[in-house]
Amino acid sequence: MTAPEVHLHGTGRAVGDVVLSVEGVSLSFGGVKALQDVSFDVREHEVRAIIGPNGAGKSSMLNVINGVYHPQKGTIRFKDRKFTDMEPHRAAVMGIARTFQNIALFKGMSVLDNIMTGRNLRMHAGILAQALRIGPAEREEIAHRERVEQIIDFLELQPYRKTPAGRLPYGLQKRVDLGRALASEPQMLLLDEPMAGMNLEEKQDMCRFILDANDQLGTTVVLIEHDMGVVMDISDRVVVLDYGRKIADGVPDEVRANQAVVDAYLGTKH
Amino acid sequence: MSEDIGALDTFPKLLMHHARVRGDRPAIREKDLGIWQTWTWHELAEETRAITAALAAMGFKRGEHFALVGDNRPRLYATMAAVQCLGGIPVPLYQDAVAAEMVFPIHNASIAFAFAEDQEQVDKLLEILPQCPTLTRIIYDDPRGLRHYKQPQLLAYDRLLESGRQAHRKDPAFVESEIARGSGSDTAAMFFTSGTTGVAKGVVHTHSSLIGPSRTAAELDRLGEDDVILAYLPPAWIGQNIFSCAQALVTGYCICCPESSETVMTDMREIGPTYYFAPPRVLENLLTQVSIRMEDASRVKRWLYAYFMRVAERVGGAILDGKRVSLVDRMLYSVGDLLIYGPLRNVLGMSRIKVGYTAGEAIGPDLFKFYRSIGINLKQLYGSTETAVFVCVQPDGQVKPDTVGPAVPGVELKFTPERELLIRRPGLFKEYYKNAEATVQAVDSERWFHTGDAGYIDQDGHVKIIDRVKDVGKLADGTLFAPKYLENKLKFFPHVREAVCFGHGRDKVCAFINIDPDAVGNWAEKRNLSYSGYTDLASRDEVYELIRECVERVNADLAQEPELANSQIHRFLILHKELDADDGELTRTRKVRRGFIGEKYGSLVEALYGGRDSVHVEAQVRYEDGRTGTFSADLRIRDAKTFPAAAAKRAA
Repeated sequence: MTAPEVHLHGTGRAVGDVVLSVEGVSLSFGGVKALQDVSFDVREHEVRAIIGPNGAGKSSMLNVINGVYHPQKGTIRFKDRKFTDMEPHRAAVMGIARTFQNIALFKGMSVLDNIMTGRNLRMHAGILAQALRIGPAEREEIAHRERVEQIIDFLELQPYRKTPAGRLPYGLQKRVDLGRALASEPQMLLLDEPMAGMNLEEKQDMCRFILDANDQLGTTVVLIEHDMGVVMDISDRVVVLDYGRKIADGVPDEVRANQAVVDAYLGTKH
Repeated sequence: MSEDIGALDTFPKLLMHHARVRGDRPAIREKDLGIWQTWTWHELAEETRAITAALAAMGFKRGEHFALVGDNRPRLYATMAAVQCLGGIPVPLYQDAVAAEMVFPIHNASIAFAFAEDQEQVDKLLEILPQCPTLTRIIYDDPRGLRHYKQPQLLAYDRLLESGRQAHRKDPAFVESEIARGSGSDTAAMFFTSGTTGVAKGVVHTHSSLIGPSRTAAELDRLGEDDVILAYLPPAWIGQNIFSCAQALVTGYCICCPESSETVMTDMREIGPTYYFAPPRVLENLLTQVSIRMEDASRVKRWLYAYFMRVAERVGGAILDGKRVSLVDRMLYSVGDLLIYGPLRNVLGMSRIKVGYTAGEAIGPDLFKFYRSIGINLKQLYGSTETAVFVCVQPDGQVKPDTVGPAVPGVELKFTPERELLIRRPGLFKEYYKNAEATVQAVDSERWFHTGDAGYIDQDGHVKIIDRVKDVGKLADGTLFAPKYLENKLKFFPHVREAVCFGHGRDKVCAFINIDPDAVGNWAEKRNLSYSGYTDLASRDEVYELIRECVERVNADLAQEPELANSQIHRFLILHKELDADDGELTRTRKVRRGFIGEKYGSLVEALYGGRDSVHVEAQVRYEDGRTGTFSADLRIRDAKTFPAAAAKRAA
């Protein structure tokens, strides 16, 4: 284990030790090699981005961390515990939450209830006790509701508290999705293209919420993003994937200057 | 303990009076984390005392100005009261103003202290620090996002409160003695006018000029401590200040602060205010939303709504005024009340309204009648920042849609030959701050205030306002042209959000239209009309057709009024963008600035009168982040059918 290394960012947020490390991960679906020998790490409290052109293996990488896919080779280490096969529910219990590229909310449920589902993991009362609103269950419900209200306040969702999620515009649905992930009080948040399909204003809002979560709640953020501008603005370090391989890793300015990255995004002369 | 409230001549004295007399009753409610939290008069007074002590310790002096920027929040009002306790002058600023607009007031009044609601407002104040060297202290309420701000000017409200509590414990007599030093002739607050006419002016009001009119109006409407109001308009606007500060302090009623500006409708339902104020624009938006939702309702409900609204239109107003109505109609109305009006009032959050007011601009008669017909006692009043709002008020039972009622007791009125309304009253403002020239122009040697509004008194003694004196024009043939009147008629259609009419010195009237994106969007959705955004929607043939029908119905209406029949709208176009206060096209209170728009879109006006069918437009747009870009498009122009004047027809 490396010695604790703490340095301050411009904003004053302390980035700590490595919490997640991905070592030599390879993943293939039949003949398609989605990931080939990818290694990188994520430090506590940092905003870590995974970028790359279409089909580079970004979402696969996230799914591996989250335990949806099981890599054929390589290991994942989270908080000094080594896992070859992570499972989604175990990832959740350990404090990894995620959002989805194509929003997976309960469309008919209100925003409040959707975020409440994020608390599910932290509810202890049995189903019967909850249904009958027995003393402890009711107290628990109130405590959870308070936490959900704080998230609603945090993400400025007050006007939509009781609106069915399916009726909200796209940008807001993304925000609710983020709220649900935050509701489980995760240590690490995996965001799959949080700004995809948003207009400039929505992107700015989303950036602010991600940074606020990172800053005020101390959540470590791993995000996949298409939009280079956004990534460079908000991340501490960036991993670049291309055709399943890691081609660059470093702070935004280094990555921006990297010839391999430029080639991957803009193409090369043949 | 009995105390003569009438003898208390300043707001801080009134506040302490309520803390003594009704300490446990609610003074302010605020929705926090989804639950309404109550501040009693006692708590509000305690908080105010602490802030007063803290501000004094920081060196805030009697007679100094204090800027407040933010939405309606208990802490903003507590700070305002604390400033007044120390004999200071609160200067509330519009919270949606851009940073540059705040420079003038802060610079003009050499303001050193400011209260900012949140990061957004703090950022704006920090941005203008270089232009405002006097500003040395910024107190912020919500610390969110400000954790890493290291500017020495910043101070958290929580810390101010803490230090104030300690200071107050050490010397409890100090605050009371400061309050006792105040008198009714001291300046109580300064409001910057929204600037319909050029540069903003600081309107200086004393305690007595605000308390007097507030008290008269409260007595007129028999307001008391049981009343409740929702404070949702900008605190920088004098009306909001009168309703949520002055009158609350005069009567001891409770004000409620909504959770956010977007939740007003829900909050209103939850609170059920008994006393209500809304500018016509808000009432219009509410009605638009009701209409949209009715269109989505099932056939049976639509039929019921249409049927009973016709009943209400016929007899609702008369029932509210206590006039005689036939038994059958009365019974029909009761059924309607059970099925439609009652539930509708409930949805609007207006079930408990005792008195509702509207003012700010002329209200479309149909819009006004709608609210009255469903049993809401909506009345009009007339006033301005300079005259402390209550100049004319419609008394219960004498409400007419096209007048603003007779003068309230203590107000004298007269008209100039140009039909300009002049006002004299004890509650008149003291002066324009550091602008003696403007003061002399507005208030003549006999203390008559020149309102700039044109109107007359009708046979019942009610004042009728037509338009601004400078806006009332004449067509080339000499007939009367009152643009506002036409625009209001257009705006009553839910599909029309804003209209701007031109015609002064011209041979005919032409108009710019802004469609309402919600209403027209919903309409388009129902017809499977896909569109990418406002500009695209506004340029659709189908939408032009829809708006043409609206314009023609206005024309048909105008044809019934002999004086105005000539000002029917001959041609119109739908603007490519929404008129916006950020682009200077609307004032902060969202009145259209016709002159400015006419100049800015001069080429469009010429195209309307030049008989062309389309016009190319290239415009600068300013985005919310302050950047600018250009936009170009072809706008179409359509003719609307006009109708022969009714009087002429009858004569023929």
